[in-house]
Amino acid sequence: MQTDRGYKCRITNIVELTGEEKLFQLRIIDRHERQIFSFRPGQFLMLEVPGYGQIPISISSSTSNNEFIELCIRKAGRVTGALFQAKAGALVAIRGPFGSSFPMDEMADSNIILVAGGLGIAPLRAPLFWINDHRDRYNKVHLLYGTKEPSQLLFTYQFDEWKKVNHIDLQTIVENPSPEWQGKTGMITELLNDIAIEPANTYAIVCGPPVMFKFVCNQLDREGIPMNRMFVSLERRMHCGMGKCCRCMVGSTFTCVDGPVFDYWSVMNLQEAI
Amino acid sequence: MIYKVISKKEFTAFVDTLVKANLSYGPKQVDTAKNGDPIYQFKEVHSAEEIAFDYTATHSSAKHLLLPYSEELSHFTFRDGDWKQEIAYENTPKVLIGLRACDISGLNILDDVLLNGKFPSPYYLAHRKNTFIIGMDHLPLPDCFCKSLNHHTVSKGFNLFCSDIGDKYYLSINSSKAYTYLKEFAIEDPSDEDDCRLIERRKLIKQSFRTEVEVTGLPSFLDIEFDSPIWKKWGDKCLNCGTCAMVCPTCYCYDTKEHIDTGLEGASREKQLYSCNLVDFAEVAGGHNFRPGNGDRLKYRYYHHYRGFAENANQQICVGCNRCGRACLADINPKDVINDLRMEKESCMICASPSPIRT
Ligand SMILES: Cc1cc2nc3c(=O)[nH]c(=O)nc-3n(C[C@H](O)[C@H](O)[C@H](O)COP(=O)(O)OP(=O)(O)OC[C@H]3O[C@@H](n4cnc5c(N)ncnc54)[C@H](O)[C@@H]3O)c2cc1C
Ligand code: SF4
Ligand code: SF4
Ligand code: FES
Repeated sequence: MQTDRGYKCRITNIVELTGEEKLFQLRIIDRHERQIFSFRPGQFLMLEVPGYGQIPISISSSTSNNEFIELCIRKAGRVTGALFQAKAGALVAIRGPFGSSFPMDEMADSNIILVAGGLGIAPLRAPLFWINDHRDRYNKVHLLYGTKEPSQLLFTYQFDEWKKVNHIDLQTIVENPSPEWQGKTGMITELLNDIAIEPANTYAIVCGPPVMFKFVCNQLDREGIPMNRMFVSLERRMHCGMGKCCRCMVGSTFTCVDGPVFDYWSVMNLQEAI
Repeated sequence: MIYKVISKKEFTAFVDTLVKANLSYGPKQVDTAKNGDPIYQFKEVHSAEEIAFDYTATHSSAKHLLLPYSEELSHFTFRDGDWKQEIAYENTPKVLIGLRACDISGLNILDDVLLNGKFPSPYYLAHRKNTFIIGMDHLPLPDCFCKSLNHHTVSKGFNLFCSDIGDKYYLSINSSKAYTYLKEFAIEDPSDEDDCRLIERRKLIKQSFRTEVEVTGLPSFLDIEFDSPIWKKWGDKCLNCGTCAMVCPTCYCYDTKEHIDTGLEGASREKQLYSCNLVDFAEVAGGHNFRPGNGDRLKYRYYHHYRGFAENANQQICVGCNRCGRACLADINPKDVINDLRMEKESCMICASPSPIRT
């Protein structure tokens, strides 16, 4: 049923990532609701701050953790602004999970390239945790992550674990380096040049600003990866998450119900999609 | 379905009894246009006398009686850092009188969208399930094009449908509730002559359409013509006012707003009908707008009505009432836009010869 009743959650922890982004850890208060809540990597929630509004946010934590849900949020306006004022212990509500997900099972026994631009790392964390939880089911895993400034790189405190414990080839790049930046400089597509791609046995997941999709996916296409093995997560304005308000419609496709995860072939054929 | 006839006088008595016992809405003259034509709207009525049975068309559709322009989705009461959420589905039974065939089709389309699929809307359902609908046929206005979309007749979505056959109404009774009510009144089985008059009436309605819009193959046309200059041409005229969507029987897009109660002890989440022609319809965080131009938004409305929905629900969402065309201050209407688009295409298909002259 389409309802506006959410699960009430307590904010149990807030991690300040940068001046603009925070990681909110939520715990569904009702034990039964907490136990039945489950989601798939790539899905999103409608997060409600009563009195301020309801917004779509990707679930940024591991599907195997029933105790907490993590949301990585950038301060953008009214609702996110209110959240940024909130302290641990405050109450919010969530509806969902909504939308499609990355086909993690289909990707088993293959190489995976995860490409994140800016805040695109937020929806990528769930598939990344999934891979980490089932590491033996996947072959080579690359995480290519680019931002404008070095200070915008999120979750740097988890990089070592991802690299060393989970054997993920993690590479970062920034557009505008700071004096102390020692890594690579340039656009995210440059990182693709540095890895050996086996097109017959590789899947890609690409999350980031719309401009990035075309460049990255077209380059992967040139490398020979079929478009139906590249997945993107689209962002649209959303008010219901249930295919009813039409705000997220692209052609005859609802980003909230048919997406947000699409394979690149479907998106390529959709006018106004990216 | 059961077919009966009833004299107009007896029908008025039936409606009067119904209206007096229930919350009811029917067509009423609310104003007069500059050219002297009456302006009708569906309004609350308390007796049959108040109803303009011989009305032409209402300015806006009956949609808002089931899908209000604004509606509370939930209410929060704050206490000691915690809150309580209440959700009420409004549920007053209603009688709607005098809906045209295309108006009922409009509601059938809303049913498809809002009640089918993975997430049916309990808000809409609460309104819809307790609504008693009486339809009435009519001779089309010169700009109606419901026949082009096959909505000049309707076979479901009403309790009772009345066809005007002179001094009687030919009744199509489509619910046991309607039949039970009507049994108290003088209804009769139709005679052969009544049947003949019904056929003549239907023929007359069908032949009276002055406006036609060719919608065959429109979904693929629209796809091919995505970049057509006609979108800019019509978009440049559009005032982005959203009136077309408000009067339309099938537009259902919405926006949500939060209101904090005075006294700060509660807040409500409200839904408001919206229009894809409004500037911020497709704007997302960071200020990026996926449909920045007037033409992009106007085009999207046409796509939603004539293409997107056709693909999803296997039918076009427009019923051809032309309310949008009548209400638009910029003089934009589906007939002109679609014809313009088809001309564009036709001139391309016969690219060797010059474009046909536009009428
Ligand atoms: C599937 C999906 C997943 C997302 N995941 C994340 C995430 O993990 N982290 C994150 O920080 N952001 C995410 N976003 C973006 C986030 O929804 C917006 O930043 C948020 O809605 C802004 O809300 P606000 O009230 O603070 O801003 P507002 O003050 O309402 O407006 C700021 C801007 O946000 C736009 N906006 C308003 N409401 C919505 C809405 N309901 N949906 C989209 N845009 C809106 C407005 O057009 C305006 O440009 C996601 C969006 C989608 C569609
Ligand atoms: S088409 Fe007409 S009614 Fe609709 S938004 Fe544009 S100007 Fe307003
Ligand atoms: S789009 Fe215009 S003609 Fe079609 S149903 Fe809506 S108001 Fe009527
Ligand atoms: S968010 Fe309402 S239709 Fe997709």
